[in-house]
Amino acid sequence: MEKLTNRSVQVDRSPMTFGEKIYLPAIFKGLTITIGHIFKKNVTFKYPEQKRAFSPVFRGLHILNRDEEGRERCTACGLCALACPAEAITMEAAERKPGEEHLYREEKYAAKYEINMLRCIFCGYCEEACPKDAVYLSETLMPTHYSRKTMVYKKEDLLIPNPKNHGNQ
Amino acid sequence: MLLLDIDIAFIIEKLILATVILLGSLGVAMYATWGERKVAAVMQDRVGPNRAGPFGLLQPLADGGKLFFKEEIIPEGSTKFLFILGPGLAMLTACMTSAVIPWGPDFVTESGKVISLQVADINIGILFIFGVVSLGVYGVMLGGWASNNKFSLLSSIRAAAQAVSYELAFGIALVALLMMTGSLSMRDIVAQQHGFWADGYFTWNFFKQPLGFLIFLVCAFAELNRAPFDMAECESELNMGYHQEYSSMKLGFYLFAEYINLFISSAVIATLYFGGYNFPFMDAVSDAVGPLLFTLISVLVLLTKVICIILFFMFVRWTLPRFRYDQLMKLGWKSLIPLALVNMLITGIVILYALN
Repeated sequence: MEKLTNRSVQVDRSPMTFGEKIYLPAIFKGLTITIGHIFKKNVTFKYPEQKRAFSPVFRGLHILNRDEEGRERCTACGLCALACPAEAITMEAAERKPGEEHLYREEKYAAKYEINMLRCIFCGYCEEACPKDAVYLSETLMPTHYSRKTMVYKKEDLLIPNPKNHGNQ
Repeated sequence: MLLLDIDIAFIIEKLILATVILLGSLGVAMYATWGERKVAAVMQDRVGPNRAGPFGLLQPLADGGKLFFKEEIIPEGSTKFLFILGPGLAMLTACMTSAVIPWGPDFVTESGKVISLQVADINIGILFIFGVVSLGVYGVMLGGWASNNKFSLLSSIRAAAQAVSYELAFGIALVALLMMTGSLSMRDIVAQQHGFWADGYFTWNFFKQPLGFLIFLVCAFAELNRAPFDMAECESELNMGYHQEYSSMKLGFYLFAEYINLFISSAVIATLYFGGYNFPFMDAVSDAVGPLLFTLISVLVLLTKVICIILFFMFVRWTLPRFRYDQLMKLGWKSLIPLALVNMLITGIVILYALN
């Protein structure tokens, strides 16, 4: 039969020699291997104390970004919701009133912005779709919850703290 | 009243000694569970238990506490009395063997009183150990039978067959040793291995009986139901073997008895083949330090040997895969027993022609 790859190895079924039959050389060989492992470094990260760096493409929990002056970047265009393959994002737009210029960067903003974390598959398409650099996937791991209700993240949960009054908080 | 004229001080002394040895073996067994997990971890490049206390040193206490507070389940179809008797018997036999092991040399107080560090110096010490160890199979048998579970029954049948088969080679390997020592008393056997080097030859029995030691060691693995001969447990084939139906502290007793057995049989191996509490240059040390310190050093030497043997048992467990049942039987009956017989023959010939 023609070989598909050259990786296959013929199994040796010849009867055991005397040296193999008394097992002891094999046992000794095995012991040297396992005892050799005493001197090897273990690769464990002792998790809660010692955290492993994420890979640069890691996609964690979402955040809603603000601009340099602390105004929300999101304009509720809905592109993220459209791009979302899991249909996890819901939003409602609202118009900026006069006097709210320090809160929202543009005339339109998201009054309601929810991500259902039960549905989200952390694909990062929302981040790619966003024309205003408003939604990002951070390096935070998804926490666990006791109820389904709290798994729907509101705008308050997603929005990063205002950099302007960061010191006051 | 003359017949009952027993020395009260003697009884108290032995009682204290027995308690210390019992607690000591329990403590060593507890930390053997920790040690086993650490050894396994090291060999697999892991960390092992490290949450409870520094280096996970409180892990055995946490495990014990957990086992105590677990729900006690006795299966409906089980034979209740035997079901409870099983782990009790396993534990009892495990604790009994330590009585005849001499843990250190005699300690002579200033008033001339001799305190022996051996609970019972009976002249058939080894026979006693053998008797008790074979009684230990009953714990496994009863547990497996009383569980009313086919896996448990199969495993206990295996364990019993294995123990019986390997006890033969075990005994014959020991006969060769006893032909040399000429005594069944553990105390005498240790005394004969005094020091390390005498009259141009090693005194320890290991150097006189290397083949016998090898057979004894292999059989000890089988008697202890440890990998590579852990037919009785056999996680992959029989779930958990004879302790499948057990829960709570009854399971704990089984597991614990196994580790006590490990400790005691390591002590027996150290006593029989590695000179017990004897160590090189012990006479010089004895002259240099006081009797109390010397006794302490001797006990520590024995414990060091025991711990080394326990570690060896663990290394082997985490190195070798389990034997198949037929391979196990073949090794026992077709290899070890003839080998032990040949060893006995050679020993006999040497004693008869070379030494006389």
